[in-house]
Amino acid sequence: MAGPPILEVDELHAWYGESHVLHGMRFHVREGEVVTLLGRNGAGKSTTIKAVMGVVPKRSGSIRIRGVETIALPPHRIARLGIAWCPEERGIFASLSVLENLLLPPVVAEGGLSRAAVLSLFPNLAERLSSQGTKLSGGEQQMLAIARILRTGARLLLLDEPTEGLAPVIVQQIGRTIRKLKAEGFTILLVEQNFRFAARLADRHYIVEHGRVVDEIAASDIGPGQDRLVAHLAV
Amino acid sequence: MTEFFGIPAPVLFGQLLLGLINGAFYAILSLGLAVIFGLLNIINFTHGAQYMMGAFTAWMLLNWLGLGYWWALLLAPLLVGASGILIERLLLKRLAGLDHLYGLLLTFGLALVIQGLYRDAFGSTGLPYAIPAELRGGQNLGFMFLPNYRAWVVVVSLAVCLATWLVIEKTRLGSYLRAATENPTLVQAMGVDVPKMVTLTYGFGVALAAFAGVLAAPIYQVSPLMGADLIIVVFAVVVIGGMGSILGSIVTGFGLGVIEGLTKVFWPEASSTVIFVIMAIVLLLRPAGLFGRAG
Ligand SMILES: Nc1ncnc2c1ncn2[C@@H]1O[C@H](COP(=O)(O)OP(=O)(O)O)[C@@H](O)[C@H]1O
Ligand SMILES: [Mg+2]
Repeated sequence: MAGPPILEVDELHAWYGESHVLHGMRFHVREGEVVTLLGRNGAGKSTTIKAVMGVVPKRSGSIRIRGVETIALPPHRIARLGIAWCPEERGIFASLSVLENLLLPPVVAEGGLSRAAVLSLFPNLAERLSSQGTKLSGGEQQMLAIARILRTGARLLLLDEPTEGLAPVIVQQIGRTIRKLKAEGFTILLVEQNFRFAARLADRHYIVEHGRVVDEIAASDIGPGQDRLVAHLAV
Repeated sequence: MTEFFGIPAPVLFGQLLLGLINGAFYAILSLGLAVIFGLLNIINFTHGAQYMMGAFTAWMLLNWLGLGYWWALLLAPLLVGASGILIERLLLKRLAGLDHLYGLLLTFGLALVIQGLYRDAFGSTGLPYAIPAELRGGQNLGFMFLPNYRAWVVVVSLAVCLATWLVIEKTRLGSYLRAATENPTLVQAMGVDVPKMVTLTYGFGVALAAFAGVLAAPIYQVSPLMGADLIIVVFAVVVIGGMGSILGSIVTGFGLGVIEGLTKVFWPEASSTVIFVIMAIVLLLRPAGLFGRAG
């Protein structure tokens, strides 16, 4: 059921100054898939996502988005290929209202959700539109961070630990949202610490260790694969 | 004759008006500095020289090309703003991510170079620039005489400041600017060409300085060092208002101009230092400035 690969990462290296963090990441995501990057803290998952968006200080290798090589493109050109990022720290702007935060990302392609559709996915936000962005609770900020990238027409979403530090009801709501987005044909690369959460959503999992992909587990393999996962993720 | 606290009304209001005029220049200049600091994280020490360039551009347009005040008001900000864009592209861009100190040193050095070049070309005595015919004369308000040109400067400065504030606070472009001031990386990753926005913002801040320079040309002499003295006070205004705060720089600019004017009436000896005294007090009590966000 998955389409052609729309994100292909090969031999990706990334550095923060002198520190070499990614050592040849290789993975791909097909159209319509939900794929996770799993791994311990500091393994390089967030850096991988930032490297795909072009916002690490230095990177090399190959990152192809719908066949377009982006390794030498600046971030705003990458975003305009129809890819959007929801960062781990959420990135809600304090000097913008909730509505301004929601409307901030420019539309990069046709087919984005309307404002009404976005707000019906996240009804809590509708009541808080005039509040300052950072006055929202952690869960509401996370919803806002997801909501604002759904308007842009980007069909490939990079979600970095969307459930981190949130209450179980909110985690469930975000899970339902991701499932709905998948049903609507969005492609999602998801970074998660919460494996139980990820296992119910994803088609495939990549295990990241020390800046490399060390294993790939399909959702259908998850029973037998569970031991491998536990082995990888155990501290 | 009406008196307030033993001061004749015309003297009091005259100083108040002078204070407002100075305040108008403080406001426009500190507004430009605030916008530039917000997005570029650079304390633009060239600002005073760029204000001077605005006044000189008006003078050159008139004396070399026969283009009068109204043309200058339009063209000088565009030309000087374009020179700012060049400076940003060629020099400031390379300082991105480095300590404030580098930007400060570079822009300070540039100011010295620019002022030196102008002094070489035009000498250091001031050149006159006439008030445009439409704005000569004045109104007798009964309690004082109000020169038309000075009223114009206060009104147009207020209008420019408010328009800038509205654009920044109320428009989509302004929301990009505010967001990029907080987190340029994320805004660029949303698809906004932030480097271009940074360049244009610097150009705009410089154009504001040049605009103030044109407004100043008929009031003060056009001279190479006209900005050097003013900019020191403007930096104090920026510190008092809160580095990077838009509304803060407007309100503080006008407010301090008026306070300075009133000090001239009631305690003339203190008038040249009052702003610095206020700065010291504000720094002690509210280090982030009156309108600044702490932290
Ligand atoms: N801005 C940064 N500067 C320097 N080192 C960083 C930076 N961000 C992350 N790192 C380092 O890079 C490695 C990978 O981090 P990260 O990609 O955030 O891991 P993960 O998301 O898997 O927890 C870690 O060792 C981390 O300390
Ligand atoms: Mg991370």
